[in-house]
Amino acid sequence: MFRPKPKYVALPSPRAGLGEEIDRLTCPKCDTALEPARLNATLRVCYRCGYHFRLRAYERIAMLADPQSFQEEDQDLTARDVLGFRDAQPYSSRIEQTRRNSGINEAAVWGEASIAHRRLVIVCLDFAFMGGSMGAATGEKITNGIERATHRRLPLLIVSSSGGARMQEGMLSLMQMAKTAAAIGRHGAAGLSYMSLLTDPTMGGVTASFATLADVTLAEPGAMIGFAGPRVIQQATYETLPEGFQTAEFLVKHGLIDLVVPRPELPTVLKRLLELYTHAASAGVVELQPRNGLAARAAAGG
Amino acid sequence: MTQASAAALATWAQVELARHPDRPYALDYIHALFSDFFELHGDRLFGDDHAIIGGPAILDGRTVMVVAQQKGRNTAERAMRNFGMANPEGYRKALRLVGQAEKFGFPVVALVDTPAAFPGAGAEERGIAWAIADNLLAFSQARVPIVSLVIGEGGSGGALGIGVGDRLLMMEHSIYSVAPPETCASILWRDISRKLEAAEALKLTARDLQRLGLVDEIVPEPPGGAHTDYGVAADAAGAALRRHLGAVEALPIDQLLEERYLRYRKIGAS
Repeated sequence: MFRPKPKYVALPSPRAGLGEEIDRLTCPKCDTALEPARLNATLRVCYRCGYHFRLRAYERIAMLADPQSFQEEDQDLTARDVLGFRDAQPYSSRIEQTRRNSGINEAAVWGEASIAHRRLVIVCLDFAFMGGSMGAATGEKITNGIERATHRRLPLLIVSSSGGARMQEGMLSLMQMAKTAAAIGRHGAAGLSYMSLLTDPTMGGVTASFATLADVTLAEPGAMIGFAGPRVIQQATYETLPEGFQTAEFLVKHGLIDLVVPRPELPTVLKRLLELYTHAASAGVVELQPRNGLAARAAAGG
Repeated sequence: MTQASAAALATWAQVELARHPDRPYALDYIHALFSDFFELHGDRLFGDDHAIIGGPAILDGRTVMVVAQQKGRNTAERAMRNFGMANPEGYRKALRLVGQAEKFGFPVVALVDTPAAFPGAGAEERGIAWAIADNLLAFSQARVPIVSLVIGEGGSGGALGIGVGDRLLMMEHSIYSVAPPETCASILWRDISRKLEAAEALKLTARDLQRLGLVDEIVPEPPGGAHTDYGVAADAAGAALRRHLGAVEALPIDQLLEERYLRYRKIGAS
């Protein structure tokens, strides 16, 4: 496969880089008028009530990776309208519009980076690109990132925020679930560690594939995480959904994720996890032979 | 929906055939194709899901492991089968059976027929997404051949949760879709009545998916559809399953696993 020469992406320090476009903001949860400078200093967490604003992929990476350490790959890879899909507008023009508005070419951004001087691959979804939905090019970028981590024997961090599958790519979108999950399987079978960070919102086919197959699964406070959306559930079952349904806190309570981590604590938590899980790998683990599929699944954290 | 195009109407006719209430369901194929089928129950964790059934069966003198989605034929059975929409327990039962297939070296036959995984509060609480993701990974690595046949509706991640394997076959009038057309219309237009448009745009018929390179073989149905003659439909399904099982069983398992990986790896590759 053709790989463009890696582009070195210089990222500003988190505090300088966050929220440049924000002039005035009101917290959607507590309705406080927020000062942009102060909001940036708290990594876009409401300093009154703790509401976590959504971050763009580059902002997230700038916040987590060592300064100047992120080398982006596949930056030019973008969606294609294979089905000739048309909803309110043709998918091809929707792609163009989304690329212009979001400033990126796909809903996933990936590259090698370091966190506390430990090398890893970071894959980050960006909700601003068609709701972070997983089209074929999205799945391709995610899989390229996972495979890079496998081949270079690096730990993997995937930050998810996605509405799920991308309707406009039909079954090509659905099959990315199988593709990314299989790639995670190989990464895990090689004895490598995978941390998944679920952010608001993570739904549908992303939750039901790579995002939940990690060794350690973290989520930001208040993030909505699930498979079917609340509207779909209510339409199908007429159930009254409990308060806090499908929030990160709800998932911890039901044993589905490991920990809810407030955004300012993420760098420290990830540093500790990378240290805890890469000791063996840094000592030089021999290449594992293909193993029983279910054992490999356990190794992948399933 | 006021102005459905001819193409949309033709696609919708396929959707209705795939959902036809008299269409043969998994147990109809199972009883026609296998000389013995012993249904196993439960996921050993929470319960037994009647929307996904499975167990060992005999095909041409050897044991295969059957994993299948089962719809109900009458009101009571439809409720018992939850309209073929599985909860996490169904996917975890399927996982248990595939693990057992690996232990004994049984090839796996998966029969796909579901509108979707069940969108319910309990399913979410018990990790329906986790259950499906686990199966995608486990099926991609299972060291036995897996052949999937879509017999009716292949609905989204709910179908893929037992659908990953070495071959994908589709009955002529079956469908397979990223989301049910109703859900797609609801997402894109917030208007379920535009389901015909959505169905056409999604490219969900067996023919469409064969053109996209996702389907290995379309299994012919009797004129009018599989519900007009179960025997003819099952014979064709049996012939296709035997042919593809034979082909994948002939390969060394490591080569088969590499091909299985590449089969998905190449979808949407740049």
